[in-house]
Amino acid sequence: MNRETLFNVVLLLALLVAPFVALQMDEPFYVSLVTRVAILALAGVGLNIALGFGGMVSFGHAAFFGVGGYVAGILSQHAFNYEPLVTWPFTIEGTNQMLVIWPVALIVCALLALAIGSIALRTSGVYFIMITLAFAQMIYYFAISWPAYGGEDGLSIYVRNGFPGVNTMNPMSFFLICYGVLIVCLVLSMLIRDSRFGAALQAARQNEVRLASTGIAPFRIRLVAFVISAAITGIAGALYADLNRFVSPSSLSWHMSGEIMVFVILGGVGRLFGPVAGAALFIVFEFYLGGVTEHWQLFLGLVLLCVVLFARGGLIGLVAGRARHG
Amino acid sequence: MADAVLQIDGLNKQFGALKATDNVSLDVRDGEIHALIGPNGAGKSTLIQQISGLLRPDSGTIRFLGRDLAPLSVAERAQRGLGRTFQVSSIAPEFSALRNVMLAVQAVDGSSFRFFRPVMKDRRLIDAARAVLEDVGLSDRADIIAAELSHGERRQLEMAMALALRPKLMLLDEPMAGMGPEGSKQLTAFLDALRRQVPILLIEHDMEAVFSLADRISVLVYGKVIATGTVEEIRNNAQVREAYLGEED
Ligand SMILES: Nc1ncnc2c1ncn2[C@@H]1O[C@H](COP(=O)(O)OP(=O)(O)OP(=O)(O)O)[C@@H](O)[C@H]1O
Ligand SMILES: [Mg+2]
Repeated sequence: MNRETLFNVVLLLALLVAPFVALQMDEPFYVSLVTRVAILALAGVGLNIALGFGGMVSFGHAAFFGVGGYVAGILSQHAFNYEPLVTWPFTIEGTNQMLVIWPVALIVCALLALAIGSIALRTSGVYFIMITLAFAQMIYYFAISWPAYGGEDGLSIYVRNGFPGVNTMNPMSFFLICYGVLIVCLVLSMLIRDSRFGAALQAARQNEVRLASTGIAPFRIRLVAFVISAAITGIAGALYADLNRFVSPSSLSWHMSGEIMVFVILGGVGRLFGPVAGAALFIVFEFYLGGVTEHWQLFLGLVLLCVVLFARGGLIGLVAGRARHG
Repeated sequence: MADAVLQIDGLNKQFGALKATDNVSLDVRDGEIHALIGPNGAGKSTLIQQISGLLRPDSGTIRFLGRDLAPLSVAERAQRGLGRTFQVSSIAPEFSALRNVMLAVQAVDGSSFRFFRPVMKDRRLIDAARAVLEDVGLSDRADIIAAELSHGERRQLEMAMALALRPKLMLLDEPMAGMGPEGSKQLTAFLDALRRQVPILLIEHDMEAVFSLADRISVLVYGKVIATGTVEEIRNNAQVREAYLGEED
């Protein structure tokens, strides 16, 4: 087992054990803190496919995170009020079942990403960053000004959505659901990275002209990766809404996009477990430094600066050295 | 003329006031090496960029295997059998030599939209890529990260990537550049054998290589083809001697 794999295993185990220890120590608050790590890591796993593997610097992934959250919020509100979403041409009811909410969040975010990506991926560099940001901001302002679902005040989820055979109101059970989804998406992301598609995607980042001259059109490869990336981040958003039992426009704002990007960069861009390490580090920072000073983001900024200047591989890069491609 | 693989007619490309391609007509026939020579800045690379689709001509047509290339993208042209190397080696630097070639094999061997099977367990891809690396003499460097290959090895790798496409025409932009006398000799022998598999449009400054390899030569000066002919004809062409070969004396 190489160092990176070892580190990944330790990280996963630590994440799994932490909430149990917290319960033993009668500190249930930490359970929800670790759940947050798992969900934010999941959002990062999504972004990492676009940003890390494909080199697409999306500054608009909050759009997918937030829309995923709103899907959870809106569906459960309709279910709660026994009000169908749509009555014509056919009736669509709300739902409070995660197993329905996730696929809906996935599909809605995938379609949204297809639309945004088809336009944004015609540009590159700074323009791509700006267009993704612009789309996310559009959706953000739309959410603020649309009163039906709380507008600026956000939308509450009165009872956390359900999962067959599980009491999701139990923090530990909910954590395990999030952890499970994270593992599934990590495996998915590993498979994608090592597949033919992943090879083409990483080549598109390294040398687009070579990829095209080799007979593989970079645009379609990138677009599909962008869609997969958005779908995973969207599911994270749905879970996050369930964690907080609340979703608000702030989950759509550029701050959120920035945070997801920070997870990926802190942990190590393009590293499989980078987002997990990054999200954990971020929450540790926020929690401990945030307890000491209001200006903890200043320190976060310094760390980020150091990573970008001196440790491009992020935390995983520091622990395990440079990435190896077979 | 009937069996021209590549047929360029009346091609024009202008950068601002500069005519980089000036009414160029040229063909590459089956089984031949057609060399394109000319001084620096004559527009040789610009012509290759237009053939491979990275630059759009202002006017004129490029036909490949009887088909107009205008509506096709870079990737589509490659899929139809246009293999190329670049004046400055163009590879995926983070991948090993083997994975670089596997990418090209993958491009012709079905789809890149396969998400679950690890490429490093895909024997078909690996075996085919290894065979091509063997052909270009790079098999003992297969697992080296491309960025760590020497200049000459990168040129070999690019050649392997182009060959892995099973091309029907090779566009080579100064493959001898920076190879050293020994490397040039080897490459000359390699290209000499390669012509039996695939016709080649060869841009090259190394006159010794050009004169020993080319079936025909075209001379490009300020974007214009001033002469096309056999090695003998070009050697004895007064206009060419004055415009180009003269510089060498
Ligand atoms: N994208 C571009 N925009 C503007 N001018 C260009 C562009 N590409 C090439 N040129 C100009 O067009 C002319 C032809 O360039 P090209 O690279 O085709 O020459 P070349 O024959 O390949 O020269 P060399 O032997 O040095 O490689 C040059 O004067 C160059 O500066
Ligand atoms: Mg050139």
